[in-house]
Amino acid sequence: MTPAASLAEKLLAGERSAVPRLISWAENADERFPAALARIFGRVGGAWRTGVTGPPGVGKSTLVNELARLFRERERTVGILAVDPSSPFTGGALLGDRIRMEERTLDAGVFIRSMASRGSHGGLALAAVDACDVMDAFGFDEVVVETVGVGQAEYDVVSAADTVLVVLCPGAGDSIQAMKAGLLEVADVLVVNKSDVSGADRLVTDLEEAVHIRTAGRTEWTTPVVACSAGTGKGVEGVVEAIETHRGFLAGDRKERLRAEKRILQVRRKVSERLSEAVWGSLGYLRTVETLLRNGATPYDVAARVMTTISAKLVDENPPSTDPGAGRP
Amino acid sequence: MVERKIRVLVGKPGLDGHDRGAKIVASVLRDHGMEVIYTGLHKTPEMIAEIAVQEDVDVVGLSILSGAHMELFPRVRKALEERGLGQVLLVGGGIIPKDDMRELEREGFAKLFGPGTKTDDIANYITDEMSRRWAKEGADV
Amino acid sequence: MSTSTDGASIVTAVNPREMWATAMAAGKVRDVEFTTLSGEPVQPLYGPEDASVDYERDLGWPGQFPYTRGVHPTMYRGRLWTMRQFAGFGTARETNERFKFLLDHGQTGLSTAFDFPTLMGRDSDDPMCRGEVGQVGVAISSLRDMEMLMDGIPMDRVSTSMTINGPAPILLAFYIACAENQGVDPKVTRGTLQNDILKEYQAQHAWLVPPEPALRMITDVMSYCAEHVPKFNTISISGYHIREAGSTAAQELAFTLANGMEYVRRGIAAGMDVDEFAPRLSFFFDSHVDFFEEIAKFRAARRIWARKMRDEFGAKDPRSWMLRFHTQTAGVSLTAQQPENNIVRTAFEALAAVLGGTQSLHTNSMDETLSLPTEKAAKIALRTQQIIAEEIEVTNVVDPLAGSYFVEAETNRLEAQAEQYFLEVEQRGGVVPAIDAGYFQREIHNSAARYQRAVEAGRKRIVGVNSYVEDEGDGPEIEVHRIDPETEREALAGLRDLKRTRDGAAVERELAAVRETCHDGSNLLERFISAAHAYCTVGEIAQVLRDEFGEYREPKIL
Repeated sequence: MTPAASLAEKLLAGERSAVPRLISWAENADERFPAALARIFGRVGGAWRTGVTGPPGVGKSTLVNELARLFRERERTVGILAVDPSSPFTGGALLGDRIRMEERTLDAGVFIRSMASRGSHGGLALAAVDACDVMDAFGFDEVVVETVGVGQAEYDVVSAADTVLVVLCPGAGDSIQAMKAGLLEVADVLVVNKSDVSGADRLVTDLEEAVHIRTAGRTEWTTPVVACSAGTGKGVEGVVEAIETHRGFLAGDRKERLRAEKRILQVRRKVSERLSEAVWGSLGYLRTVETLLRNGATPYDVAARVMTTISAKLVDENPPSTDPGAGRP
Repeated sequence: MVERKIRVLVGKPGLDGHDRGAKIVASVLRDHGMEVIYTGLHKTPEMIAEIAVQEDVDVVGLSILSGAHMELFPRVRKALEERGLGQVLLVGGGIIPKDDMRELEREGFAKLFGPGTKTDDIANYITDEMSRRWAKEGADV
Repeated sequence: MSTSTDGASIVTAVNPREMWATAMAAGKVRDVEFTTLSGEPVQPLYGPEDASVDYERDLGWPGQFPYTRGVHPTMYRGRLWTMRQFAGFGTARETNERFKFLLDHGQTGLSTAFDFPTLMGRDSDDPMCRGEVGQVGVAISSLRDMEMLMDGIPMDRVSTSMTINGPAPILLAFYIACAENQGVDPKVTRGTLQNDILKEYQAQHAWLVPPEPALRMITDVMSYCAEHVPKFNTISISGYHIREAGSTAAQELAFTLANGMEYVRRGIAAGMDVDEFAPRLSFFFDSHVDFFEEIAKFRAARRIWARKMRDEFGAKDPRSWMLRFHTQTAGVSLTAQQPENNIVRTAFEALAAVLGGTQSLHTNSMDETLSLPTEKAAKIALRTQQIIAEEIEVTNVVDPLAGSYFVEAETNRLEAQAEQYFLEVEQRGGVVPAIDAGYFQREIHNSAARYQRAVEAGRKRIVGVNSYVEDEGDGPEIEVHRIDPETEREALAGLRDLKRTRDGAAVERELAAVRETCHDGSNLLERFISAAHAYCTVGEIAQVLRDEFGEYREPKIL
């Protein structure tokens, strides 16, 4: 058996140690990963994926810890992926979210993995979705992805989830920024954490109003605003209930449609990433572009020239075969 | 191509609350481009090993200043082995007499760093050791 | 720009100070960084214009507001500082022997170090504690251990300091119960309980429950002791651990005093009159190797506290204005390399503490970066204090560095920086919200990291570490004190025996009462004393608190 096959088999046999290793393959874009994923992909789909995002300091990790506790009380197993930014200067990262999830460490029904955002945008979203697929295939009932909602990459990560929680808290100017930055649009559930701090009621009202203005009559789902205090656990039940309600809303066709759309997005990202790497991965195109620009071509001209060349090379009249296994190594 | 990163767990086994060194080392390793998972304080050997498994780390670095290193360090090593992580690069630091350092190095610790060690030396040691290991892995495949 | 004030001299175009400045600028200076240990730039020279001081307002007289020059009119002519060497290791029995040894050698107060299990509110037989029992201090699991610790020591005459925080109220309960069993009225017992939980969240990390319930226990201790144990200092508000965790001098000063003010606010909010408890608050600072910065820090601390207590909190009793403090020399300044050099460092640090007007002092032993002190090293450390007290004639004059332009400028600088930090804390909603947000922790970590970089780059020198380095060869050059593994076995056996022989029903009753008291708002210390008499253990009582109040989780700061 190839290493990919044997690791996939381990996962399918319920060996937990296969989960972290497969996630490492995914995040290192290891060439063995696609073959392994192919073997486990039939088991993907059973987990409910919840994305949790929001500005720094709103208590996301503490909330995720509490959600995990409540899921466990309902005898559901939980896989958690905590994404933290990498330093743009050194490429390193300090991954400390699990400090807030300490008491889950030795629970065999909980798995926690930290992931650094690393450099590339598309790359993070892809690796994170892959990691969720791995946890899903292993059989975790709930998969929770946590990111700091600051950049496009993090936004891409959570939007791949079935239910997206956007967490805000009173007093942070960041919350207003978050609203401006479009975090509201991505939210299926808005959570106001630190509900015991003054200003929480006001924030809830403001958010409800904002949601009303944006969505009234235009969507079938009205984003609820739930207040809780993850630090004390108060009100977190309400968050779980909101997730359940959203899950109910998506039951059946809606879920399938939504997931299919997200898979399409994943494939498009993958293709874009490959394409981009094919073009810019070696120096040839880059040199040509430099030369053209030096010779006075406009950026539009240069881009058009590049597109003509690669279209001629890459795009066939006929789309690829629809046999799911075709083209696999 | 995605660059492979060295993943390091910086762990504080036992009850002592002195995390000045552990946090500085964690920051320095980050600055050397590593991905560092800091466990927080007051962890049991079993918790540290479990975190190492879930995070699939290449390196486990332990810091202890309570004098309980001869009890706790070997227990971490054992807990790692029990979980199939006997091969991780295991290092430690703290107030550790030289005799104890030698004994721990005999018992599977790759290296112990005493007080006054330059943090860059720790980072460079880990980088060198991991590139050596990965080169060997590459050659083996 | 100004002309010479010396009437006899002829006015010239350039005044002497400017002449000096020109000469200084033209002169060759060594290629090193001229900053304090905390990284603050210092001038090559200080003059009258650098140290703006209104004598009566800013310095005053010893024993008078604002106490910059000292809290006692006579200072060391009246009474020397208390030489209080922190001791404790192994079992209660072994520490009891060390206490008696120290008392025989002229030490005047006892200072108890507890092991990590005790500090974390856990019994010696807790599975979390394997390998840690008796390692860095004495293991005290119950009143029985406390009785052994104080055996043969007259509790009505010694003053005992107990360095414990999370479970401090429980250990104080053991001490009070022990005195009662010795036939000593708790009213006459003297000592200091560290009991400073805020700095645990900030720096030292031996916590038990989250800040709010912890602060309630502290006000319970303050109010109970004001009435029943009036000679005990109920909190030793500690900057030591903040500094050792890597803060600057200004941060140590500011965070410690911010914590002190928070305790005062809590006491007042709990319904006490400020003058009822404030005189029993004492402080505990680090004395690091930067001689002048440290002396200035001690002087600034007294002045800030006096001003805050009188002007902000409205304290009327001068004893509430006085900042009395214990000092320990900086453990982090000691090096494992060439450990004998640590004797010298410690001596300078101790001298700074004395010139800064400390009320009590612990000097570290040279071998502490390697292990617990050996008897010989501990003795040299004590002798260092005795040499300062008796040989070198620095105790004749009160606050001898007052009026030094540099020292006064540094005192002003530290006061101003502290005020800036107070504002920062206030902007974050106060001490507890700032802890929750990781503010102090991050500030301390950043300072520690900055200093580490300075040392590694050679901008700050440490002899034996990055300067005058010697090849150390292999083994340790000095004898290392090791804890006998028998200690853990002895502690466990004692605990087993206790659990077999005590009245189990009484234990259950007392623990249930503690549980109830957690919620009914009555005084927890009083309840703990009762539980102590029933030989409930620290772990059992602490577990009730953890169950009822929850465990504390540190915020992510990196």
